[in-house]
Amino acid sequence: MKEIAQDFVPIATAKTINEHKTPLIALAGQPNMGKSTLFNLLTGLNQHVGNWSGKTVERREGTFALNGQTVRLVDLPGTYSLTANSPEEVIAREFILREQPDVVVALVSAANLERSLYLVAELISLPSPLIVALNMLDVAEQEGLRIDVEILQAALGVPVVPLVATRAQGVQELLNVIRNVLNGETVLMPRLPEIRADHRQALREISHLISGYVPDPYPTEWVALKLLEGDSELTQLMQRQLPEEVEQAVHNILIQHDDALMAVASGRYEWIGRIIRAAVERPPIGQISLTEKLDRWAAHPFWGLILLGLVLGVVFWVTFSIGSPIQEWLTTHGIGGLASWVSAALQNAPAWTRSLVVDGILGGVGSVLTFLPILAIFFGAFGLLEDVGYMARAAYVMDNFMHLMGLHGKSFLPLFLGFGCNVPAVMGSRVIDSEKSRLLTILVTPFIPCTARLAVVAFIAAAFFGRYATVVSLGYVVLSIVVLFLSGIFLNRLIFKGERSAFIMEMPLYHIPNWRTVGLLVWQRSLAFIQKAGTTILSFSIVLWVLTVLPNGKLESSYLALFGHWIEPIGNLMGLDWRLTVALLSSFVAKENAIATLGIVLGSGEGTALAQTLIAAYSHASALAFLAATMLFVPCAATVAVMRQETGSWKWTFLNISFMLIVSFAFSGAIYWIATSLEV
Amino acid sequence: MAKPNGMDCSLIDLQTGEHALMVDMRGGKGLVGRLTSLGFTPGVELTMIQNMGRGPLIVLVRDTRIALGRGEAAQILVKRNDR
Ligand SMILES: Nc1nc2c(ncn2[C@@H]2O[C@H](COP(=O)(O)OP(=O)(O)OP(=O)(O)O)[C@@H](O)[C@H]2O)c(=O)[nH]1
Ligand SMILES: [Mg+2]
Repeated sequence: MKEIAQDFVPIATAKTINEHKTPLIALAGQPNMGKSTLFNLLTGLNQHVGNWSGKTVERREGTFALNGQTVRLVDLPGTYSLTANSPEEVIAREFILREQPDVVVALVSAANLERSLYLVAELISLPSPLIVALNMLDVAEQEGLRIDVEILQAALGVPVVPLVATRAQGVQELLNVIRNVLNGETVLMPRLPEIRADHRQALREISHLISGYVPDPYPTEWVALKLLEGDSELTQLMQRQLPEEVEQAVHNILIQHDDALMAVASGRYEWIGRIIRAAVERPPIGQISLTEKLDRWAAHPFWGLILLGLVLGVVFWVTFSIGSPIQEWLTTHGIGGLASWVSAALQNAPAWTRSLVVDGILGGVGSVLTFLPILAIFFGAFGLLEDVGYMARAAYVMDNFMHLMGLHGKSFLPLFLGFGCNVPAVMGSRVIDSEKSRLLTILVTPFIPCTARLAVVAFIAAAFFGRYATVVSLGYVVLSIVVLFLSGIFLNRLIFKGERSAFIMEMPLYHIPNWRTVGLLVWQRSLAFIQKAGTTILSFSIVLWVLTVLPNGKLESSYLALFGHWIEPIGNLMGLDWRLTVALLSSFVAKENAIATLGIVLGSGEGTALAQTLIAAYSHASALAFLAATMLFVPCAATVAVMRQETGSWKWTFLNISFMLIVSFAFSGAIYWIATSLEV
Repeated sequence: MAKPNGMDCSLIDLQTGEHALMVDMRGGKGLVGRLTSLGFTPGVELTMIQNMGRGPLIVLVRDTRIALGRGEAAQILVKRNDR
């Protein structure tokens, strides 16, 4: 145990806290260990969710009071190790090395100590003081595991604090330990893992060779170990730093030890194994766990799909049967009421201000916000399935199908979320660990008909097709999914040459949902939606409104109408006159705007009056074509904004927009042509 | 059991319910890195939870259920083990 330990400076004692600096605490741990649960518990609403600079990985930072002193808390992304296998791992280790938190709290799962200590084996060698929070004790107890905290603590040489984050048990003790480490009362004597004997010499030689060339803030020993592990980032870094002949010497050693990656990992697991044998008492195995029983159905290639279908059905049924009436109420009484109130209040103001607020802002942003209840219910159902552990099973049974399109089992999650709203769906693609599949998922997500598009389709279908309305609407949902599927295959061949991405995913244990976790998910997703409505949609609504009133305040001769007339020839190919074309264009601001715009350009308001005007004005063929165009048209402005943000490039965003434009014109043109030939 | 113990085979050859010890792993650094950090190291005991002959499989390693694509699983060499 000594060899490596000697070269690492024993940390905690060496470090004194800076008196005038706010102490910084980082939460680290593998995925699903309860970091965010603890983070939310400690910081409450004093938190800020953003992105790590230049990365599409969520960054959460907050503050809380520890004995009257404010401390900063950062929730690091969940990572299985600290080797550069993914952006998350690089973020976590760079943060610890560069920001040098005063304490790192590593969350491990008492129910799965062996696997979760792996990250601790890495963290303990870094120069920040470490505290291990032994979370999920309730689950461990259920499974009959007994863990001796004293022995664990002695074996690791750092404090170990038992915790049940979901019930806030042990949090006070954890805070006390953090305080004691911060003020130097507790001295850590970490006991570090060592690597297998046959590679120890190599490690020493590499450290020796590179010492003096390693840039701040990286510890030399640590870099040597990561080079042995074949870490891509640090290998590149050191290639730039080392002089030619040293690099060659290092390279020669690495070539002789090309199995070192597994040796290093084995070494860590041996270290863990010794600790576990001493500290954990397991019940004799025998009984079949709940997870195993449920998975016989949920992960079965056939029954799993049937179950998934049922689950989706229930989610949609619940969402719309509860959400739709609320939305209707909000539209008529909420926004409608507000509009008449504003009209009255602005009676003496210039007419254009009234029009801006009522038609522009309330009509645009307001009508978008009426979707919030539907979305919140949908997000709640989705978050519940996520929290219970079911979503991993959904991803698993969908993997085969998703791979046909070059997507990934996990792509199913964002696509499903897309039925609520495409905006969080595009952001949700972050769960996919293959860059290629993630990009492809983002590119096809806008084909998923969101609630707003479904509302438009439901309205038009009801107006034109009476009792067949449901069949027609369903037909368009199926059409969208088929188009998504074909587009996936096409784009995968075209851009990615059909290369298959790796599928590696942990299947977590099922567990009882935690209402705080689900609630917070709903809150954050809804908030993101409201923010989009308040920014992107607001500005686009105003621009659109300006286009409808300039130059002389009349819609028929406005710039928008002018533009509509100008591109009418294209619309005519799909049986759309300038009004329908303008309605389609306005759906770019927000999908459900199509209805409001039709109300304006046909001068008939909304609801039944509009429906009757529509039937009088347009053929069934035009209606069918308009529905296809609406379903497949370019993503709404808010979705475009997040696509740009998540892909990090306008190139992919424009590719998606032009692709969808072509697809929507092609399909609605074809449908119009077929429908007129059949004389529908 | 039809197949003899002790011969090396790939993880995808294991039937549902069979146990094995991991022997070695092939594949690029990225794949090996991810799998080792999930607990796949030589000598570890693996249990096949589900292998339906097609589609991804589920393996139990160090008390964790991991779903693996067949391509990834094919890179893992194992030795059958009846406990
Ligand atoms: N039974 C039990 N469940 C817990 C406990 N702590 C957290 N959980 C649950 O474990 C799940 C994962 O918790 P998170 O806090 O999201 O985990 P995380 O570490 O932030 O995960 P990533 O962000 O994916 O890395 C949630 O469903 C929590 O409700 C605990 O002590 N006991
Ligand atoms: Mg988290």
